[in-house]
Amino acid sequence: MTDATLAYAQSDPHHVRAVEHSGPASKRIVTAYGFWIFILSDMVMFSAFFAAYAVLLGQTAGGPSGGQLFDLSNVAIETGFLLASSFACGLAMIAADARNSFWFQIGMAVTCLLGLAFLTIEGREFASLVARGAGPTRSAFLSAFFTLVGCHGLHVSAGILWLLTMMAQVFAKGFRADIQRRLLCFALFWHALDIIWIAVFTVVYLLGSAA
Amino acid sequence: MTNGRQEIDHHIDIAPGDEHLEGGIRERVLGYLTGLGLAILLTATSFFVAGTDLVWQPSIPVALVVLAIAQMGVHLVFFLHITTGADNTNNVLALAFGVLIVMLVIGGSLWIMANLNHNMMPMDQLMRMQR
Repeated sequence: MTDATLAYAQSDPHHVRAVEHSGPASKRIVTAYGFWIFILSDMVMFSAFFAAYAVLLGQTAGGPSGGQLFDLSNVAIETGFLLASSFACGLAMIAADARNSFWFQIGMAVTCLLGLAFLTIEGREFASLVARGAGPTRSAFLSAFFTLVGCHGLHVSAGILWLLTMMAQVFAKGFRADIQRRLLCFALFWHALDIIWIAVFTVVYLLGSAA
Repeated sequence: MTNGRQEIDHHIDIAPGDEHLEGGIRERVLGYLTGLGLAILLTATSFFVAGTDLVWQPSIPVALVVLAIAQMGVHLVFFLHITTGADNTNNVLALAFGVLIVMLVIGGSLWIMANLNHNMMPMDQLMRMQR
């Protein structure tokens, strides 16, 4: 390589990496990157539900509209619980990196409780809607609402099962490299659910009750 | 720090979700606290804007969408550690592709359905013609 290209290569951080790169990426990068692709595909799936909801927002078939059904203070509390649980998950991951079992288990337990609080409020909301005759069979609008919000709720439920599994695995096996990789994937999943919830409370509740 | 990240070669890419900085626990907790503070601020603004009469009403949907996108950015940077750093390029490119597909699905659906609603004969007229 001539001096000129070498100088150019060193001025470009991407190029330097390509030159110095040796062998495949580490397992931690490959695993997390693959899981990142899965999360993005999950978001593409959610985008289809969001599109269906946005299109069907006005199709209430003479039934109640979003503005009559949604209780925004309830949604604000739900949002607070999920945001706090995302934060607690982040702290638990810092504890995991520091290999501190005690604070890791505390952080995960708090994450779990806040997630369960979120699910409880959501379950109550669903139950009260169905009791008021506004179940998913009432109108196309409500079908789209229950599909979208219910799908997010199912993801949170699956996340809580995964969370409990990780607590047990760290308890039984400690902070091995493979367990650390699973923790990284779990953290990605949990934070991604909070990102999807931002879209849910904005599009479904705030915009949906205005329409 | 002795963690799973010891596998990382510092000259190559970084795993999505891993933090770039070599800071201690204090710095990392401060990062999460910053993210939490910004997220609370943006969420509170969203809920305030949605219920207030103080702003011009037609601007509210746009404001809500902008606030939501800003908060997603805050979560991506402070919680998922997807940044603009050179070691994050692969993660950002994957995200960009995901965002492209999401935009196509949502924007395309809204566009097509609005067009159909605009051009299609109202349902009662259609029923009358079929008789």
